[in-house]
Amino acid sequence: MIPAGFEYHRPADLAAAIGILQQHGDEARVVAGGHSLIPMMKLRMAELGHLVDLRDIGELRGIGIAGGTAEIGAMTTQHELIGHGGLASALPVLREAALQIADPQVRYLGTIGGNVANGDPGNDMPAVMQCLGARFRLCGPEGEREVAARDFYEAAFFTARAEEEILSRILIPLPPEGTGQAYVKQKRKIGDYATAAAAVIAGRDSASVAMTNLSDTPVWSAEAGAALAAGHVEGCVEAMLAAIDPQEDMRGPIPFKKHVAAVVLRRAIGAALARRA
Amino acid sequence: MDKIPVTFTLNGETVEGLAEPRMLLIHFLRETLGVTGPHIGCETSHCGACTVDMDGRSVKSCTLFAVQASGSEIVTVEGLANPDGTLGVIQEMFREHHGLQCGFCTPGMITRAWRLLQETPNPSEEQVRFGMAGNLCRCTGYQNIVKAVLASAAELNAAKEAAE
Repeated sequence: MIPAGFEYHRPADLAAAIGILQQHGDEARVVAGGHSLIPMMKLRMAELGHLVDLRDIGELRGIGIAGGTAEIGAMTTQHELIGHGGLASALPVLREAALQIADPQVRYLGTIGGNVANGDPGNDMPAVMQCLGARFRLCGPEGEREVAARDFYEAAFFTARAEEEILSRILIPLPPEGTGQAYVKQKRKIGDYATAAAAVIAGRDSASVAMTNLSDTPVWSAEAGAALAAGHVEGCVEAMLAAIDPQEDMRGPIPFKKHVAAVVLRRAIGAALARRA
Repeated sequence: MDKIPVTFTLNGETVEGLAEPRMLLIHFLRETLGVTGPHIGCETSHCGACTVDMDGRSVKSCTLFAVQASGSEIVTVEGLANPDGTLGVIQEMFREHHGLQCGFCTPGMITRAWRLLQETPNPSEEQVRFGMAGNLCRCTGYQNIVKAVLASAAELNAAKEAAE
């Protein structure tokens, strides 16, 4: 379980990190918390010539809430996210989801940026970000640009991020006061990815719904959200079951996954509605 | 790849060595520094036997490169004994409450419990179970580990009160 050799880089700022990516092209990969990439390197399923460690880059840290938007630095760890009082009251669904990711040791190092940028369908935060209508700020050689979370995921491990770009911040519009929020996840054991998970926000006349690990990308359904906004819970579930595309794997056959998807979605809807003020 | 210098604080003392960038922290601790408290269990980030404390966080030293730890402060189970070499409070409570059988997971358990009890000095049983979820034990069934951590909390709090 020893990775192949590589050269280690620890740039102090974003410009230097992008410079290293430009210099080495697809030979280089950035590492945030490393809890997806390093296991893959140990299995030799990820091989790279240059590892660019983002841990010293201050520009990628910090959480701010202002003007109706929460701004979260990509290197914010799940542990920091869970402990942030302002986020816990403005966006409780983030804390609820983060607490269901892996285990304490992983949450101390695993970052929100890594979780959303990795493109693994098993990651929990992408569906939460799609549910909330978040935007991702990407920094590259040409400058900055923003991509909506709902447009970011192209296929498993393929995203709108270009090779020389680094995700710097996540921008989340705060839902109107009184909006109920919930993330419900079914997993086989602590540390496992979801068999199915659902992110739901529900206001007085608006709603948004997204799900995790039921397709090769997170699944956000406009129809499901519209049905829930109109008060039709079963219509929402039906629309979502039509939108997902689960595959059979060690977490179960397709009919079982659809069953679990409906169960967790109903639970998440119930929780969000109960929390709506 | 050339070896590069790695230096950090280990249990209060500065240590240094050379490591290839691909060398995992657990191998650097055990093989380069001879610190064999942290164990190699699953090597796949699941079991927590390799848990050490880095800059106030419990981390799995099999999922971190030694070069990444440079400049940090690391505590292993060796650093949790009393200065005279007798068992520290958490170690003693694991002994008293039979919080171990084969003992392989114990260094990771104790190192994790130490951090958990600093963040949550008065945990409920549920908080102990949730907070220790990154450490697997294949012997005890966890009951006595949970008891040992709760007893450690009571002991540490009583000692703190006595000191005040």
